[in-house]
Amino acid sequence: MSLSTSAPAQAAVVDRAPAISIRGLRKTYGDVVAVDHVDLDIADGEFFSMLGPSGSGKTTVLRLIAGFEQATAGSVTLGGVDVTRAAPFERDVHTVFQDYALFPHMSVLDNVGYGLRVRGMKKAERRERAQQALDTVRLGHLGARRPAQLSGGQRQRVALARAIVLQPRVLLLDEPLGALDLKLREQMQVELKQLQRELGITFVFVTHDQEEALTLSDRIAVFDAGSIQQLGTPREIYENPTSAYVAGFVGTTNLFDAATSQRLLGVAAEHAVRPERLRLSPGTDTEPARPDEVRLDAVVVETIYLGTGNRVHLRTSDGVELVALEQSTGSLDTREHRGDDVTVRFARADVVPLTSGS
Amino acid sequence: MSATSADTRPGRTTDPALRGPVARPGSRLLHRMVWLRLTLLLSAPLAWMLLVYVVALAALLITSLWSVDSLTSEIDRTWTLDNFRTLLENDVYRKVTVRTLGVAVAVTLIDVAIALPIAFYMAKVASPRVRRMLVVAVLTPLWASYLVKVFSWRVVLSEGGLADWTGLGSPGYGLTAVVITQAYIWLPYVILPIFASLERVPDSLLEAAGDLGAPSGFVLRTVVFPLLVPGIVAGAIFSFSLTMGDYITVNIVGGANQMLGNLVYINAGAANNLPLAAAIAMIPIVVMLVLLTAIRRTGALDNL
Repeated sequence: MSLSTSAPAQAAVVDRAPAISIRGLRKTYGDVVAVDHVDLDIADGEFFSMLGPSGSGKTTVLRLIAGFEQATAGSVTLGGVDVTRAAPFERDVHTVFQDYALFPHMSVLDNVGYGLRVRGMKKAERRERAQQALDTVRLGHLGARRPAQLSGGQRQRVALARAIVLQPRVLLLDEPLGALDLKLREQMQVELKQLQRELGITFVFVTHDQEEALTLSDRIAVFDAGSIQQLGTPREIYENPTSAYVAGFVGTTNLFDAATSQRLLGVAAEHAVRPERLRLSPGTDTEPARPDEVRLDAVVVETIYLGTGNRVHLRTSDGVELVALEQSTGSLDTREHRGDDVTVRFARADVVPLTSGS
Repeated sequence: MSATSADTRPGRTTDPALRGPVARPGSRLLHRMVWLRLTLLLSAPLAWMLLVYVVALAALLITSLWSVDSLTSEIDRTWTLDNFRTLLENDVYRKVTVRTLGVAVAVTLIDVAIALPIAFYMAKVASPRVRRMLVVAVLTPLWASYLVKVFSWRVVLSEGGLADWTGLGSPGYGLTAVVITQAYIWLPYVILPIFASLERVPDSLLEAAGDLGAPSGFVLRTVVFPLLVPGIVAGAIFSFSLTMGDYITVNIVGGANQMLGNLVYINAGAANNLPLAAAIAMIPIVVMLVLLTAIRRTGALDNL
């Protein structure tokens, strides 16, 4: 299994029916609307992320796809078959749970083989396939252990193996990396991505970590208050957020309300500009702004050292708060200090108009 | 953001009463001397355990090795195994032991069978509000006097009583009545440990099993039940040992039948043969020791 075999999976995105198709999905618990008006097509072989804060409805959508919850209205279609009312075991999807949900009284190998045992497979074949799946996640040597004897990252992989051994078309992952520490998270992100390419399975990935979603996904749906705020590739979501909510949730951003935009840009509508697009120069230079850029005088409020660079909080002379991100250049002299006067410049092309929401 | 008056900022207070460590000599002593801390903490419970369990059991064992002078009714404190010889040779004691064990097994089986679905409903199906109500409902009978409960069963099972009215028919006073009454009385002790161990099974395990294609019966058999075994064993030990030691129920609804508890009661009281009563009391203790050792061997208590 080499990593270069991802081409067929990519091609499949174009010609097959969507792996998952969701129309008008709605879920209420009493008076609480958890999910409302969700329309979504997820292509075969896609790595699709649902991103949002807790309570935004992303996990509910996942559970509706898995069949753990019944939709109040709308439909869920898997590979062209309507499964809105089908039980979890009638759907060709499997879930990797946030807490892994490994059976504590079974060995790792028996955990992985559980789905095969349900399907009445003979013990010898079951063990062989479970062993293969364990090898895929590089845990082949730990089959005899109990889940309690594994580390968090290893349990995570067992949960993955238990799902992929059944060769589902769609794998649902509910914040699978949430319980891991940063280093392990980053390692598992790479492994997840490789695994998804190798197996060509559609991944639907729920996370509240915007960086994780940006790194892993082919496409992202940003959720808020039960509905999708924006749907697009990581680049689209990051570079062209359509609402203040998305701009603020994905990465940090400088938001200009209508009045500020009018003053700075001459347009009375909300705008956003990313911190890394701001260029700082020390002191108040007298050089006028070029027509394609915006120039502001500001004072440094706080400088925060990030390792890879500095995050500089600024306040302009007319009271607008800004954040700038400076890459580390290796020279200590370039670092701004609290109270310093600086000149801020950014290109008009880098300012994104926010078209929807408020 | 001018910071001229430094003393008004939080964390820069100059009030000397708030600064520095606090003086607590007693706590300091305890902090330093670990053995003193342990002694103070453990001496009371250890003394209690020693007195109540070890000394009482030793006294029981010693008493069972004495005898009673049949003429003077005085206790004769010379060591003898006569009491145990009587227990082995006299058929009555063997019969009563077997009868007591039978009742205890029946009560335990009935209680586990009733407790399993109730506990499952409480832990996994009911809404939090209904669950709280059910927990209270299971616990409430424990607040009522034991005697009141047994006598109310005597009324229910009496001739022309509630059991007859409802058309079920009363079994009459006897061993069946004892089993019914005891099963009722010890049921909360079986429900609660099973409920507790079920509550510790995360819902996601059941969802995961369903997600992997398992129908509900298969999930119960392969996931739920194995995780419940410690709870079931704990509940069964309660109902079994409590039934083995009971002597009131059998007096009130048991008709002419006798159980080990009665024999102890009669010998300690009316028959005035304390050593024999002590020897009979050793029977349930030995049975429980054997049983617990056997259960321990199976590993069912490892997850308790």
